[in-house]
Amino acid sequence: MYEHNGEKYFIVDSHMHYWNAAPDNWVPGAEQYAKGWIECFHAYQGLGPPETHWTIEHFQKYSEDDLMKDVFEDGHVDVAIFQPTNLKEWYKEGFNTTARNNEMGKKHPGKFIYNTNFDPRDGDAGLEELKRNVEEYGCKGVKLYTAEWNNGSRGYKLSDPAAYRFLEAAQNLGIKNIHVHKGPTIWPLDKDAFDVSDIDHCATDFQDLNFIIEHVGLPRIEDFCFMATQEPNVYAGLSVVIGGLMHARPYFFNKVMGELLFWVGEDKMTFGSDYGIWEPKWQIEGFVDWEMPDREEYAEFPKLGVAGKKKILGLNAAALYGIEVPAEYQLPAEAGTPGAHEVLGEGSPQPVAGA
Amino acid sequence: MTAPVTTRSARAEAALAALETVRDPELDEPITSLGFVVSCAVSAAGDAQVRLRLPTYFCAPNFAYLMVADAYDAVSALPGVRRAEVVLEDHFASDVINDGVAAQAGFVQTFDGEAVSELHGLRADFLRKAVMAGTDQVCRPLLAAGKDPAALLAMTLGELPPSRALDRLRGRRADLGLPAGDDAALVIDPVTGERVTADAMPLHLRKARLTRVSIEANSGICRGMLRHRYNNTLGEGETPPPDDSGEH
Repeated sequence: MYEHNGEKYFIVDSHMHYWNAAPDNWVPGAEQYAKGWIECFHAYQGLGPPETHWTIEHFQKYSEDDLMKDVFEDGHVDVAIFQPTNLKEWYKEGFNTTARNNEMGKKHPGKFIYNTNFDPRDGDAGLEELKRNVEEYGCKGVKLYTAEWNNGSRGYKLSDPAAYRFLEAAQNLGIKNIHVHKGPTIWPLDKDAFDVSDIDHCATDFQDLNFIIEHVGLPRIEDFCFMATQEPNVYAGLSVVIGGLMHARPYFFNKVMGELLFWVGEDKMTFGSDYGIWEPKWQIEGFVDWEMPDREEYAEFPKLGVAGKKKILGLNAAALYGIEVPAEYQLPAEAGTPGAHEVLGEGSPQPVAGA
Repeated sequence: MTAPVTTRSARAEAALAALETVRDPELDEPITSLGFVVSCAVSAAGDAQVRLRLPTYFCAPNFAYLMVADAYDAVSALPGVRRAEVVLEDHFASDVINDGVAAQAGFVQTFDGEAVSELHGLRADFLRKAVMAGTDQVCRPLLAAGKDPAALLAMTLGELPPSRALDRLRGRRADLGLPAGDDAALVIDPVTGERVTADAMPLHLRKARLTRVSIEANSGICRGMLRHRYNNTLGEGETPPPDDSGEH
């Protein structure tokens, strides 16, 4: 919970991690990839305020106590959603698996939601594992990293027939939310790996699933926005937007937020800290303080008011995950429906509530 | 940060000038100003040595390949260069890319089994994005000065005052084989080259604005990552972006 200027914000951190990327977890022979991956993440942390930077050693492996302090005690978060990333080709026990998240989180009942993942290239065994994870951890969402390396393959598209088989199975198991993170490698390498058109197909074909595009499709914000404005079940995951731009590039943060509010709308944007890349505290406090500058060059963009910030920081994700929100944090009915499947309409996006 | 004091030979200056013509296709900026050139030297005998770096270990290998291959072509074409070596450092595919470019193998052969065609299509896709972003760059000042969007429909490139943004837009359009002369329409579809219709104009301009925001925001993130990764050391020919301070 975060309280500011008499307003109470219910905070759902919809994208965070508990990883072990220390050398003791590196796969022999793949050390350069394990090291390269975590160093890349660490460079992202460099985009946050200097006083929140960690040493690479701490960043490789933070403790349960660190997480509880940074996210809940200092970080204002009410409920956090673990998004797993397996990367078992590089990390012996995986980078940040559902099992590892649960092992830690079960000591803190009510604080965490466990998402799981799948890889369409794992075939029947992968389907079995998905079923086991959903049953054991009560998962309502999956996190998919399409550029994950698997047995010689450098990634997959969500429109592949094998992926559709997994999406159908996930839906039958009660999964509601598909978080997608694009990466740089996918077959064939001559195509743009960050292209989001495969998600466009899925969103049309699986109307009952929600597709939350993490990092708003970065580095293809434009392709993501064109898609999201046409697909009612596509959402913008703001991790990296707030963490990577709000402090380091405030001018572009204004612009990117303006575009997202214009094309996607405040009912379909969700906050995620991407912890341990960035701590949630400064992101939440800064976001609540943030205002679209009152200048001509921003005049075309919708404004974001307190109600919109409450939706983005927690109420939208609470709606997607069925998290109970105490009455004191809820919005009056006229403030719109958090998480609503609204279509802004192709070609003529309308300013949304709060404008 | 302060720029390092360097004394380059005339040969190295020429090579660096050649590298300024090489762009990151995604960010549509020269690899020099982005800080991707670690060093650039040419011996008296004409052996050129270029070292490149990128913001992350996992930057997309197709774009990385294009930059290394384009750098090789640009430096090799210089009159005083007898042999060129371009080395990409600290990237997961460094060895494959460096060997492939040195052997002039092409992308498909370099990434044997992982690619089905060369990168012309990818390059063209990103040139079209650059045309969209460039359209916003030249149209926004006109709109800010009170021009009606409908008035832009009838305008030609020749009616615009000279600017770097206009030169750049003409260049990208010419690269794609699209009309770029004085009598060419100002706002065109970057795929067909046709003048945009009145109905399509409002959405087209919004897409142009969004595409520019996307590219510029990515550029900001990449620059920040590069600084962190290389501890604030500047690359050869690196220049801070115009918007770095945050506000215009």
